[in-house]
Amino acid sequence: MPEFNLLNEDLIETELEAKNKEEVLEVLAKLLIVKGYVKDSYLKAILEREKVFPTGLPTDGVGVAIPHADIDHVLTSGIALAVLKSPVKFNVMGNPTEEVDVRLVFMLAINEPKMQVNLLKNLISLFQDKNLLIKLSDMADKKKIIALLTPLINANSST
Amino acid sequence: MNAKKVIVACGTGIATSTVVADKISEACKKEGISVNIIQCKVTELRSYADGADLIVSTTILKDKFDVPVINGLPFITGIGEERAIQDIINVLKK
Repeated sequence: MPEFNLLNEDLIETELEAKNKEEVLEVLAKLLIVKGYVKDSYLKAILEREKVFPTGLPTDGVGVAIPHADIDHVLTSGIALAVLKSPVKFNVMGNPTEEVDVRLVFMLAINEPKMQVNLLKNLISLFQDKNLLIKLSDMADKKKIIALLTPLINANSST
Repeated sequence: MNAKKVIVACGTGIATSTVVADKISEACKKEGISVNIIQCKVTELRSYADGADLIVSTTILKDKFDVPVINGLPFITGIGEERAIQDIINVLKK
């Protein structure tokens, strides 16, 4: 499996202030567009997908959202992360009539899901770690965030 | 025993279904259940559901299927995961 540098300081926003989920989605999608990870069409795809298939997760400790779009819009895999200063509401995945207060938004640009199954699994297992989510939601230093998350996301990725 | 056909669906057929499919595959291996897991977008479900033994989805299904449906969200949040695995095994062992 090739090495992935999924996390990158350029793709992280800390202490982000946003009025609503659309604002967060726009900020993160634009980061991915500007850095060449995704096509211009990605932003529209993300906004539309979030309406039909919301991605808020009622995780323990801190609410998380994992917006993503079809592989057609993705050029290179990467993850954009926003740590929000105050929570915004996302609708809950699989239960769109419910809302969850979200402070961590992981926007996934994925173009090879089969190859990235370990990375995805590792990423999603982070969401099950309440203490980690709480810690992360209070972090402002991008370097420290990368140092914290990279080993966790890359664990066992060679198997 | 023939392999059981399990369809795992999510909005894009990329992120959450990949993780859920992998976890189901591991759980079935442990239980000695032979499974054929197909991953798809929820909009493609109709074309794959024929002959399936189980559908696991992380999104709401608007259509009705003649196949048992289990919510895959516990595999993502970790809340209720054990129970979801047990439910899946129960359906597949029938």
